[in-house]
Amino acid sequence: MQEQISSLREDITGRINEAADLAALEDIRVSTLGKKGSVSALMKGLGGMSPDERKVMGPALNSLKNDVANEIAARKEALEEIELEARLASERVDVTLPVFEHPKGSVHPISQVMDEISEIFANLGFDVAEGPDIENDFHNFTALNIPEEHPARQDHDTFYLQPDENGDRKVLRTHTSPVQIRTMMSQEPPIRIIAPGRTYRSDSDATHTPMFHQVEGLVIDKDTTLAHLKGTLEAFIKAFFEVDNVTLRLRPSYFPFTEPSMEVDVQCSFEGGTVKIGDGNDWLEILGSGMVNTKVLEACNLDPNVYQGFAFGCGIDRLAMLKYGMSDLRAFFDADLRWLKHYGFAALDLPTLAGGLSR
Amino acid sequence: MKFSLSWLKDYLDTDASLETILETLNAIGLEVDSVNSPADKLAPFTVAEVLSAEKHPDADKLKVCKVSNGSEEMQIVCGAPNAREGIKVVLGRPGDYVPGLDVTLKKAKIRGVESIGMMCSAKELELGEDHDGIIELPSDAPVGTSYVDYADLDDPVIDIEITPNRQDCLGVFGIARDLAAAGLGTLKAPSEDKIEGTFDSDISVSIDLPEDAATACTTFYGRKFTGVKNGPSPQWLQDRLTSIGLRPISKLVDVTNYITHDLGRPLHVYDASKLTGNLKARMANAGEKFTALDDKEYTANGTECVIADDAGVQGFGGVIGGLDTGCQDDTTEVVLEAALFDPVRTAFTGRDQGLITDARYRFERGVDPLFVGQGIEIATRMILDLCGGEVSHVFSAGEKPSWDRTVAFRSERVKTLGGVDLPAADSVSILEKLGFKVEGNDPYTIQVPSWRCDIIGEPDIVEEVLRIHGYDNIPSVQLPVRDKKAGTTLSDRQKRARAAKRRLASVGMHEAVTWSFMNRKHAEVFGGGGEDLIVGNPISSELDCMRPSILPNLMQAAQRNKDRGLGGVSLFEVGPCYANDSEKGQQLVACGIRSGNTSERHWAKAQEAVSVFDAKRDALAALEAIGAPVANLQVFEEAPNYYHPGRSGTLRLGPKNILASFGELHPKALKAMDADGPIAGFEVYLDKVPGKRGKSAAKGAVSITNLQSVERDFAFLLANDKRVADLTRAIQGADKKHISGVSVFDVYAGKGVPEDHRSIAISVALTPLDETFSDKDIEAISEKVIAAASKAVGATLRA
Repeated sequence: MQEQISSLREDITGRINEAADLAALEDIRVSTLGKKGSVSALMKGLGGMSPDERKVMGPALNSLKNDVANEIAARKEALEEIELEARLASERVDVTLPVFEHPKGSVHPISQVMDEISEIFANLGFDVAEGPDIENDFHNFTALNIPEEHPARQDHDTFYLQPDENGDRKVLRTHTSPVQIRTMMSQEPPIRIIAPGRTYRSDSDATHTPMFHQVEGLVIDKDTTLAHLKGTLEAFIKAFFEVDNVTLRLRPSYFPFTEPSMEVDVQCSFEGGTVKIGDGNDWLEILGSGMVNTKVLEACNLDPNVYQGFAFGCGIDRLAMLKYGMSDLRAFFDADLRWLKHYGFAALDLPTLAGGLSR
Repeated sequence: MKFSLSWLKDYLDTDASLETILETLNAIGLEVDSVNSPADKLAPFTVAEVLSAEKHPDADKLKVCKVSNGSEEMQIVCGAPNAREGIKVVLGRPGDYVPGLDVTLKKAKIRGVESIGMMCSAKELELGEDHDGIIELPSDAPVGTSYVDYADLDDPVIDIEITPNRQDCLGVFGIARDLAAAGLGTLKAPSEDKIEGTFDSDISVSIDLPEDAATACTTFYGRKFTGVKNGPSPQWLQDRLTSIGLRPISKLVDVTNYITHDLGRPLHVYDASKLTGNLKARMANAGEKFTALDDKEYTANGTECVIADDAGVQGFGGVIGGLDTGCQDDTTEVVLEAALFDPVRTAFTGRDQGLITDARYRFERGVDPLFVGQGIEIATRMILDLCGGEVSHVFSAGEKPSWDRTVAFRSERVKTLGGVDLPAADSVSILEKLGFKVEGNDPYTIQVPSWRCDIIGEPDIVEEVLRIHGYDNIPSVQLPVRDKKAGTTLSDRQKRARAAKRRLASVGMHEAVTWSFMNRKHAEVFGGGGEDLIVGNPISSELDCMRPSILPNLMQAAQRNKDRGLGGVSLFEVGPCYANDSEKGQQLVACGIRSGNTSERHWAKAQEAVSVFDAKRDALAALEAIGAPVANLQVFEEAPNYYHPGRSGTLRLGPKNILASFGELHPKALKAMDADGPIAGFEVYLDKVPGKRGKSAAKGAVSITNLQSVERDFAFLLANDKRVADLTRAIQGADKKHISGVSVFDVYAGKGVPEDHRSIAISVALTPLDETFSDKDIEAISEKVIAAASKAVGATLRA
C-alpha cells in the first residue's frame, strides 16, 4: 500500500510539472482530487480498513492529498504568471507615438494686461468702471475742459460719426477720460476708479493704430494731493513690472482736464535691444496725469472748494509691449495665430497678487 | 518749437552746459523732443586746399583734382563748376558719412579715374540749399583744421514740445524767461527802444466789426516804410531761420518770421504800393475770395475776421496774408501790421479753412496783448537796419491793449493740492521770478503777467510754484486704505467678460482683438450698416462702419491665417458690437469661430469638418462659464440670416430673450467675406444673461444616496419634423423624482428605420430615493417614459 502511494505521488508530481497550461493542470486536478480521481479513490478505501491500518494509512493518504493540492496550486500560480507575461508582451505599444493633445487656446495680451491692472488696483481700493465707445461731444471734450476751439482738439485726430438731424456728431471716444465724467456725474465721492477700454484716433503706423486701449484712473475725495498720485503710480508701476524699485520722473505738462498736470517717465535701460524697467540711464514716458481741473469738477456738479483729486491715463497696449516685448502695435489687432500663440496667455494663467502677475 | 543754443543765449546769460539746459527744460515742463547738432554729423570733415584741377580725360564736365588736407594728398574727381586750383574746400574722406546724400564715402573709380574722397556742397552737409557748387572757404582758412571748429558750427538746435497753454514759450525769449526763473542764468530783455517816425502814413487802418464780433480784432498797429530795399537776408538771419527749418524768403518776410519765433509776436508786411486805399479789419462776406501767400485760393464763409483794402480781402486776420499784396524782392514801400486777434475766431478760421500757420498757432493760443507796441518797434528797427528807408509814425485802430488779471492764492495749497511742504516765502519768490506780482498777505493777490493768459485760477499758481521748485520734490504718499468688500472691483459684466475669455481659451480657442469698425458693405451682410453708425472720416473705406457683429472680422482673420498656410483656425473675441449709436446700443458679445476641421490630422483621431454642433458646444461653454442657467435654455431653430438656415439656432431663456446664436455660416456670408468654409460660429450676448439672484455664496444641500442607480436604454423612432430636445424634455419630465439624467447616445437613419424617421437611442439614468429599485419599479418608470415620448412627439419604441 505504501508503495502504491509512493508511486502514485511520483506519477502525479511528474504530470503536474509537465502540465503546459491551466487547462491541462485542471485535468490533472480532476483526475486526482476530483470525485472520481485517483487520490480520492484511495481515500475511499480507508473506510474498509482495520483501525490499525487506518491509523497508518490515514495520515499517509491525507498527506498525499494535501501535497497534491499544494503542488497543483503552486503550478497554477506559475502557469498564471507565464500566461500574464505572454499577454502583457502581446499588448505592448510604441509609447513614443505622439498623443492627441488637449485643446490649448490663449488669452490675448491686452486682456491679460487688463486683468493684471485690475488686480493691482483692486488691492489699492479701486473699482473698475466703463463707458461707451461712441460718445457725445460733452463727455469726450466739453466736460473735460476742451471747448470746441481748443488747440488740444487738433491733437486728438477724432473719428466722427455722421451728423444727426440737429447737426450733432457723435465721436468715437479719443480717450477713456469720458468715463471720469460719467463716474463723477453718477456717483458721490469718495471715488476711486480705473476705466480700461477701447479708444480711437485717426492715426496709423507702427506705434499708432486707429483703435487702441487706454486705462484711466480717477480718485476724488477731499484731501487727495499730487503726493498721493505719485505714490499710487509708483505702487502701480512697481507691481505691474514686477520690480523691487522704480524711479519715476514727473514732468510738468498740460492737459485741459488736469491742473497741475504732469507727464510721468519711468527710469529704464534699453540695453541689448530690450527695455528693462527699474534702473538704467534712460527715461520712458508712460502716462499723463494731474489733479482734476476745477472746471471738470464743476462740469460734473462737484464743488471744487470741497472736492479734489487726481486722474491719470495710460496706454494699455504700450504697457503690454513694454512688459512682454512686442515691437509692432499693429500685430495686436491682426489675429495672426502664430502671434497669438506666441504672445498669448494660457486660460489658467489668471494674474493674482498672491500667485504673481506673470509666470 | 525749435531754437539754437546761440539764439537762446541772445536772451539768457548763462554758463550752464547744454546738458543742464536740457534737463531744466524737461523739469519745468518744456519737454525736449530732440537735440540736433550739425557738429556731431560733420565732425570728420576738414578744411582742405585744391592743389590742382585738370579736366577729366573722358568727361567734359568732370575735373581731376589734387587736394591736400595738410598731411596727405589725394586725387578727387569732382563735377562742381567752381572746383579749381587754389580754392579752400570742405573735405570728406573715405569712411566719412555725408548726411545730405545719406552715403558713406568710399574709394571709387569715376570714368576710369580713381577718386578718393569728396569736396562737399552746402546741401550735401545739410548746411543750406546751395548745390550749385562746392563750398568755397575764404583763402585764409587753415588747411587741416576741423570744419566744424572753423565754421563755428557747434550750435545745437533744440526742439521742444510746447503744450497748448504755454504760448509764452512760442518765442525764444519766453523760453529764456522760464529758464532764468528756474535759476539757469540772467534774463536779457529785448529792446524797449522807440523809433520815431519821420512822416505820417498816407495809409490808415480802421476796425469795423459788428457788436457780436467785436473781439475779433481789438487792436491794429501799423507803420509805413518808404525807400526800403528788399532782397536776400544777411547770412546770420538766413542761418537762424534755416536752423529751425524755415526757408529764408526775403528780408521783409524774414523779419516777420524771425520776430514770430524770436518773441512770439506774429506780424505781417504788405507791399504798400499794391494796396488800394486804406486797410480795414472787418468780417468777411460769405463767398469772398482771395489768394493767400501759400498760392491757394480761399473762399470765406463769413465767420472770418479779414484784413481788407478797397479792392477786397488781403488776408485772414491772424492766420495768413494775401499773395497780391505780399512783399516781393522789388518792394520799396511797406506797411507793417501788428495786431491782436481773438483766439477762438482765429482757431475756427484756421480749422474751417484748413490753414495751419505760425501766426494762427500763436494767436489761437493767445499772444501777449501788452507786447504789440514793443513788437512793432523791434520789427521797425530790424527793417530799417536791414532794408534802410524811412518809417512813418505808428498809426492804429481799436483800443490800447490792456491786461488786468488777478488770482487769489493761499500758499497752503502748495501742500494741500500739490503735496509739497513749501514755505510761503519760497512760493512768492518763485512767482516773482516768473514775472507775477504778489500783493497782500496769505491769501495773496497774484497779478498775472500779460504773457501768461493760461493762468486762471489757484491750481495754475500752484503748478507754477511746483514746476519751478521741481516736481522731483513731490513726495510719494500712499492713499489711505479703503474699507472695500472683496469681489466688488469688477462689475458683473466685467466678470462675465473675463470668465467667457478664460473658458473659451480653455476649449482651445485663441483670443483675438479686432477693430470695432469694418467695411459698411460687410456690416450690411451681418445686419448692420445703419446711417447712425457710419464713421464720417474713416481711416479707410474698409473701416467706415461700426461693427454689428464680430463674426466678419474673425472670418477675415481666419482667412488671413489660412492664406498664410495655417488651417483649422479657432478664434474668439469678447468685445463690443453696435446696434445703434446710443449707449445702450453697444452690446458686449463673446463671439467665436472654428474653420476647416475640428483638429489636425492625427493617427488617434478621425478628422471631422467643423459643424453647427461645435459652435453650439462653444456657445454653451461660454454661457455656462458666465453663470447662465444652461439647463433651462431652449433651442430655437431661427437664427440671424448670415447663418446656414438649416444648420443654425438660438439659445433662449424664455421665448424672447436670446442669449446666443450659433451655426454654420451661410455660403453667401462666406462669399461676401471672401472666406473659405466651412466655418461654424457663435455669438453670446453677455448683457442678456440675467444677473445672479441670490447674493449668498452657499450652494444649498447636495442630495447623494448610497442606493444603486441604474441606467435603462431606449430606442425611439422619431419623425424628422419632430425635435430631439422635445423628446428628451418629455422623458426628463416623465418621472422627475427618479429620472436624474437623459442622454442621447446614438442617432440613426437608414435601413430598418421608416422613411422620414430617425432612431434615437436614449439612456435614462434612474436614481432611487428611499430603497433600491425593484424590477417592478423600473418597469413602471419605463412605461412612463414610453408614454411621455409618445405623447410629446409621437415617438414609438423601435421594434
